[in-house]
Amino acid sequence: MRTRRSIFEDIDWVMVVTYAALVLFGWISIYAATYDETHPSIFDLAKNHGKQALWIGLASIIAITILFFDHRFFETFAYLIYAGAILLLLGVLLFGMEIKGAQSWFVIGSISFQPSEIAKFGTALALAKYLSSDGKRFDQFKTKLYALGIIFFPAALIMLQPDVGSTLVFAALLIVLYRQGLSGWIFGLGFIAASLFIIALFLKQYQWTFFEQVVQGKMAFIVGLTLLAGFILYFLRKRKGSRLAVGGGYVVSLGYFLSVDWLFDKLLQPHHQNRINELLGIVSDPLGAGYNVHQSKIAIGSGGFSGKGFLQGTQTKFHFVPEQSTDFIFCTVGEEWGFIGSFIVISLFLFLLGRIIWNAENQRSSFTRIYGYSVASILFIHFAINIGMAIGLAPVIGIPLPFFSYGGSSLWSFTLLLFTYIKLDSERKYVLR
Amino acid sequence: MNNLENRKIFVITLFAVVALIFLGRLFVIQVLDDSYSSSADNQALRFVTQYPSRGIVYDRHGKILVQNQAAFDLMVVPRQIAGIDTDAFCLLLDIDTVEFNRRLDKAKEYSNYRASVFQKQLTADEYAKIAERLYRFSGFYGQKRSLRIYPDSVAAHVLGYIGEVSGKDMEEDSVYKSGDFIGISGLERQYEKVLRGDRGREVLMVDVHNTVQGRYKEGELDIPAHAGTNLITGLDLDLQHYGERLMQNKKGSIVAIEPGTGEVLCLISSPTYDPNLLVGVKRASNYQLLVENDSLDPLFNRALMAKYPPGSIFKIVQALVALDEGVINESTAIACNKALVGCHNHPSAQNLREAIQMSCNPYFHQVFKRMVNRGTSSNYFEDSSIGLDAWEKRVKKFGLGNRLGLDLPSLKSGSIPDVALYDGIYGARRWAFSTIYSVSIGQGEVEVIPIQMANLAAIIANRGYYVDPHIVKELDGQRDSSLHYATHSTEIDASFFELIIDAMQRVVDLPGGTARRARIDSLAVCGKTGTAENPHGEDHSVFIAFAPRDNPQIAIAVYVENAGFGGTWAAPIASLMIERYIRGSIGDSLKEARVMEANLLNVIKDED
Repeated sequence: MRTRRSIFEDIDWVMVVTYAALVLFGWISIYAATYDETHPSIFDLAKNHGKQALWIGLASIIAITILFFDHRFFETFAYLIYAGAILLLLGVLLFGMEIKGAQSWFVIGSISFQPSEIAKFGTALALAKYLSSDGKRFDQFKTKLYALGIIFFPAALIMLQPDVGSTLVFAALLIVLYRQGLSGWIFGLGFIAASLFIIALFLKQYQWTFFEQVVQGKMAFIVGLTLLAGFILYFLRKRKGSRLAVGGGYVVSLGYFLSVDWLFDKLLQPHHQNRINELLGIVSDPLGAGYNVHQSKIAIGSGGFSGKGFLQGTQTKFHFVPEQSTDFIFCTVGEEWGFIGSFIVISLFLFLLGRIIWNAENQRSSFTRIYGYSVASILFIHFAINIGMAIGLAPVIGIPLPFFSYGGSSLWSFTLLLFTYIKLDSERKYVLR
Repeated sequence: MNNLENRKIFVITLFAVVALIFLGRLFVIQVLDDSYSSSADNQALRFVTQYPSRGIVYDRHGKILVQNQAAFDLMVVPRQIAGIDTDAFCLLLDIDTVEFNRRLDKAKEYSNYRASVFQKQLTADEYAKIAERLYRFSGFYGQKRSLRIYPDSVAAHVLGYIGEVSGKDMEEDSVYKSGDFIGISGLERQYEKVLRGDRGREVLMVDVHNTVQGRYKEGELDIPAHAGTNLITGLDLDLQHYGERLMQNKKGSIVAIEPGTGEVLCLISSPTYDPNLLVGVKRASNYQLLVENDSLDPLFNRALMAKYPPGSIFKIVQALVALDEGVINESTAIACNKALVGCHNHPSAQNLREAIQMSCNPYFHQVFKRMVNRGTSSNYFEDSSIGLDAWEKRVKKFGLGNRLGLDLPSLKSGSIPDVALYDGIYGARRWAFSTIYSVSIGQGEVEVIPIQMANLAAIIANRGYYVDPHIVKELDGQRDSSLHYATHSTEIDASFFELIIDAMQRVVDLPGGTARRARIDSLAVCGKTGTAENPHGEDHSVFIAFAPRDNPQIAIAVYVENAGFGGTWAAPIASLMIERYIRGSIGDSLKEARVMEANLLNVIKDED
């Protein structure tokens, strides 16, 4: 074992610099989004951008503090942190403050925070700890079940708030399980399920007339699916067990397809239904359910190739885009910096994600690797949903863009998430395999 | 475990694919598709038209005839109305909710997103009251406009009026947008392109609440408005005003011209109207009143459009043409033979001067006959036809029967009968001098409009030529600002004019003259009366004159309908105008009072 001179010596500065670049770009964007001539200072605490400066300062303190921790702290206390997060999630259901229809905030004086942020961190740690502990083999069913349980439990509690966005974030941890050996079919199945879901929603509104017979879209699909199953069976007739597999798949698909309406109507709230219909183009209501996305696309689209210039964005600055410093912060980038700015931000994120995965694969410690994958997965789903929603490719789900969006709670939790990884990563040379 | 390590490839690929889909989508909406930019401009930018102030019109001494006053249109963008207190708004505008909804529906019909006029032409005072509370009513804003104002309420027929553009106007010139103003008559129409100026544009940024947030790009895209060009006219405001007062309660016209330049000093058509009536919102209703409820037809510009028989003033033209043709000379004596044509009682004229002075009808009957029947053809009818043709061409040189080069629209040309006209009425070779002799004394088919009569006076004052009469002499502040007007010669020997002018001075000065009432002490006024027969009622009273005899400053024609003998009303009115113009004051206040108080409107027309 080597001894080292400084805790900063083995830090991956590339990740730190990428993080800093994203945070600063985010801060500038918040400034542009909330700028007004009466408060021109970027440090004006009366405005979001001034507060964000403060949050960034505190985030740096958090980051540095983490680097001073002993790296074993996180592994040792992983379950404890997870348990604490679960308690907070239970607590918020009882004592939390309801904001925008979800009981997901603790408010103490002027400080407010979301336990779901801690839960992401705690779950990532617990998952890493569980899967890296001695004797756990992922090919065992029990291990898979426990791992899924670690993810599902906090997700379910968050769903009760209900906070669909944060719940969805936990689904991203399936990527971690995939890396650990979960069958890739899970994604295939997910893809098929999503496709069927979309097809079912589309077909609901169509009907055709053949030979004076009105054929409902749903009916046509069932006939098509039956024919498809028949063909597959015919071609695979010589292979053993194919009958059961195809037959089973057919029954499950049909059942799922037929229950989509019910799932859609019963499980989702009306505003979620509207947003999905709007996204799929089944309904178009740019003044109602589609307003946010419509305005967001106008803001981003009007930026053109090189953007309107710093502080020159009219759509974001003049409040046409709602939530322009939090969920729709990407609009400011798109409008003021154009395609070039969008390209830079997306590239920074992709680079950071790739770097995390790359570093993770170079770890001797599987705890660090699994934690790294968790961090990448969580950041990725935030990135995918947030920007996807701003450009009309994902339904409107209010989750922040990591490091970018205004808000101390989210900035700190992402900083905590990432710098814990940076800390663990910096120890890779000193960890015995 | 080794093959699980390869799964990082799939994970990174997943991240990269999502990033690439995003970049592709961003490329489409940001670079390829322009519609988002225009949507953004539509909702965040407000293009405010800057209306230039319309050119001001001055008289010859720099006094203002028409200028502008501020007014405001209250505009509405229906889409931007959000949660306003309709009742409070209605109270502010003094309208009811039904009216509010009616106007809003109309605006919506035009466009939900574009501004249309909610209430037109609020005065500056009215708007000030509303403006301070307007911030509470999103979707509404004031658009500055300017209205015309006529400080002295004179010269309505010359200045004309402006009104909203029609669909046809907008089709013809894309400069005009709905609700814009355009000159409809008079100078406003004639000089529309000069007066209107160039409109500007201001690009403002508005927020989601439609509150103005400042100038877009520091005004880089703004276009300043350029005010319209001012017109400097040759009109004399005082003379115009005085003439309008003299013509109160009379039907007719006064036109005065500065002979040397052709500048119109005044142009009066009576009855007239207050031009301020045809301004702004009241225009339409007042216009209806003027058209429908006034049998005297005040909108009709008699000075330019009324075709009158000239009566005896035409004898001057006859005399000049005859002299130049050599069919008479200054000592030609013709007996007053009332068998040829009616005449008043006077001794037979021993020479041309006396004939003009006494306005002898048979004398000019014979003069005209000598011009028409020259013996060029043995056929009596053919001879008349050849003679009339030659005569008509010479008479038209006096600016008669042709449209003058005046810079006002709706100018009529009058009529000098020619061969074609009579061939049309009677058939070729079916008419002769005996058919058309009433033309000799300015009756029959001769039709002259008042400004042509004034121009005739100017021709005599100039001894044989005239400059196209015109209202505007200069475009203010423009390089090469003075306008050029053509000079026309009558092609009649100048020496004949002194003879005629002699006679015209006798008309006014000598005891036997027909226009004794036109005398002005120690000012040589030369004039000629006319009494035009009117088949519909009392004769029209006509007088043309110029003064002083040497270096004339003013040539004038006065036409008073149904006022009888020319010397009775037209002559004194002309003399008052001349004295007012040259002296600035009137010596004979009794004469002035007599004219001012006269009401000549009640002469009943024969409705045959």
